[in-house]
Amino acid sequence: MNIVPTRTFAQKYHVKTIAWLTLFVLLVIGTAKMTGVDFVMFFANFGQFVVLLQQMAKPDWQYTSLVVQPILETIQMALIGTTVGTLVAIPFSVLAARNIVKNKFLRGIIRFILNLVRTLPDLMLAALFVAIVGIGPVAGVFTLAIFSFGMISKLFYEAIETIDEGPLEALQAAGANKTQLVVFAVIPQVFNYFVSYFLYTFEINVRASTVLGYLGAGGIGVYLQRSLDQFAYGQTAIIILGILVVVLIIDGVSNTLRERLL
Amino acid sequence: MTDEPIIEFKHVSKTYQNGTLGLKDINLSIPKGQFLVVVGLSGAGKSTLMRTINRMHDISTGDIRVDGESIVHLKGKELRGLRRSIGMIFQNFNLVKRSSVQRNVLSGRVGYYSTWKSTLGLFSKDDKQKAIEALQRVGLGEKLYSRADELSGGQQQRVAIARAFMQDPKIVLADEPIASLDPLTTESVMDDLKRLNEEFHITVIVNLHSVSLAQRFADRIIGLRDGELVYDEPISKVTEKDLEAIYQPVSIVKKSEVQA
Amino acid sequence: MKQLTVSQTSLRSKRYKWLFWLVIIAVIYIWGITGVQFTGIKDSAGEVSRSIAYGIFHPDWKYVYDGSGEDLVSLILQTIAMAFLGTFISAILSVPFAFWAARTGKPRFHIRSTSGKLVLTLIRTFPEIVLAIMFIKAVGPGSFAGVLAVSIHSIGMLGKLFSESIENMDFGPSEALMSSGGNRSQTLVFATLPTVLPEFLSYTLYRFEIAVRSASILGMVGAGGIGTPLLFAIQTRTWSRVGIILLGIIITVTLIDFISGTLRKRLV
Repeated sequence: MNIVPTRTFAQKYHVKTIAWLTLFVLLVIGTAKMTGVDFVMFFANFGQFVVLLQQMAKPDWQYTSLVVQPILETIQMALIGTTVGTLVAIPFSVLAARNIVKNKFLRGIIRFILNLVRTLPDLMLAALFVAIVGIGPVAGVFTLAIFSFGMISKLFYEAIETIDEGPLEALQAAGANKTQLVVFAVIPQVFNYFVSYFLYTFEINVRASTVLGYLGAGGIGVYLQRSLDQFAYGQTAIIILGILVVVLIIDGVSNTLRERLL
Repeated sequence: MTDEPIIEFKHVSKTYQNGTLGLKDINLSIPKGQFLVVVGLSGAGKSTLMRTINRMHDISTGDIRVDGESIVHLKGKELRGLRRSIGMIFQNFNLVKRSSVQRNVLSGRVGYYSTWKSTLGLFSKDDKQKAIEALQRVGLGEKLYSRADELSGGQQQRVAIARAFMQDPKIVLADEPIASLDPLTTESVMDDLKRLNEEFHITVIVNLHSVSLAQRFADRIIGLRDGELVYDEPISKVTEKDLEAIYQPVSIVKKSEVQA
Repeated sequence: MKQLTVSQTSLRSKRYKWLFWLVIIAVIYIWGITGVQFTGIKDSAGEVSRSIAYGIFHPDWKYVYDGSGEDLVSLILQTIAMAFLGTFISAILSVPFAFWAARTGKPRFHIRSTSGKLVLTLIRTFPEIVLAIMFIKAVGPGSFAGVLAVSIHSIGMLGKLFSESIENMDFGPSEALMSSGGNRSQTLVFATLPTVLPEFLSYTLYRFEIAVRSASILGMVGAGGIGTPLLFAIQTRTWSRVGIILLGIIITVTLIDFISGTLRKRLV
């Protein structure tokens, strides 16, 4: 019982760990080759990077007044986009919840669609919608609607799956149909979570919406692209500062509201 | 057993930063090789008292001497030297759950190594052998290469004892070592501590909740209440009734005093 | 007024509270809708959507692999490589930031941790594509700029997650190491790192999943990967090309999510 066990060769020389480590090192080297990593050049050109930072460190304060309107437009886009996305997400999340829809097949299809939507990066959606509806904030709204739809439907159906089953059973026993179940037993239990997730998604969308304009989808991103194209880094700095302030304010408000809700 | 004190408390008080009183004018002398049990309610200051000995907690006023030398103002290397000579056992074992038992036991030895040697894991052959022996002493030799979280609670606590033993300690402090264990494993852990005390003449101080265990293992029992030393008797003079009194919540005691 | 009973007052104030919130929400939405003119939609929208749908269902299979190095497989591999290397560099850079930002209980360190958290927020908010453009100025267009953008941008999130796991970690092992006479670096190596490392790894894998998505669009500003041909295909309206690239991204992201998710489950 009390004897030190003997280890196999593989255990003694940590073969598994070394194999993993080797694989990892090879991956790092391989990916560095593939992406043309060249830190010598990076540090050689570091001066240019510093010059750029220096230019950005001198914000063009006069530009501030011009930035306010597009920043507000960004928030408007995020607000409408998130709301549309949420409204569409609600029925989908109910259909994807294990405790509401017992049909495995239907649930599987819905979840598959949701997973597909979630794989699409926001800027890619923006490029597509700019091609479809043209340059402007409408493309941004569509982008954010799809983007938040994917995110919020997952958060929502997970929230629905954690609810207390008691009231559901009670209503079923009283002869309620599916719609009545959702209205009287599900919604009251998850309402606060829904609002909280809505606010959370709104925060993320405000962040995302600030760059959508880079591809023409409205908001402050349009100005971001213009300033970068014109090498007006003082203006870029103002825009980034503006984004920072807005994101901090929205995060702060949303966090306070969410804390009060939960 | 000699009467020469290994630890001495002189008018030791501790006030926490938020103003709570931790310890109140403690005077205590612990002779070499004693098995001392500290009893009292949670929050009475048992853990604080224990941690002032290896300076995991600092005191506000008074003096503590270990082996005749004041430890209150030790710093850096000297402080680490003091801690190296004092092993500590914790309620939650405090093993690194994802490391092997071997590495956990060896980590008790880091005080004897330079930073770079220990960081690279360059422990000497002697110390590796010592770790095996320490583990066998607590009956867990076959677990040397297991991961710590594969062990039961009692086994983990015995690994922690082996780790403390690796330090070659003069003193072992055990803070509620059995509070997270079931009654059966409790026995073996207490036995291990007692053997450290008897075979290696290590001074052992244990915080306990269980009065019956205290009576079975201790040479001497002291009681704390609200940071004050309210009881101190050798085991021969301890009675069941005394101990019950220590565990009386103060409010009840005061009420009965008022009524009387 | 004073005659009102308590329940009546609270009832009334509750009703007003509802009304108050309703008015605020209504005002916000009215303001929001005025900002977005839906009249600007192009007449060709329906037609273009149909072409896109047609393209997605009739993808340009020839683009998958043609050995030129500019095909779908090569560029998707390059995208994954950007995400992998960027996340790896970022994970290393994030560790010092995490210790900087972690609040470890001692009040005198609050200034330190607050400033660290602020810096991480700044990094997180700085748009990744702006970083990419800045790095393009320094190292030229290509995937190296993308790697750098991912490395720096990811610090914002990884640093935050790492610092939270430091804050929530079990300090027991560190206490044990200190009590046995270990110094700071010994405590770090023997107790702190082994305790938090699995969580760090898990968060890094999670961040890698996100990085694959963002690396696939960095090409739109010229920072390498699949984004460049995608934007080009959209602008030239070669929808069958767009279709195959979308398919490629969807499959890649799903696969990476699956692999990373499996690894993460084994870690924790």
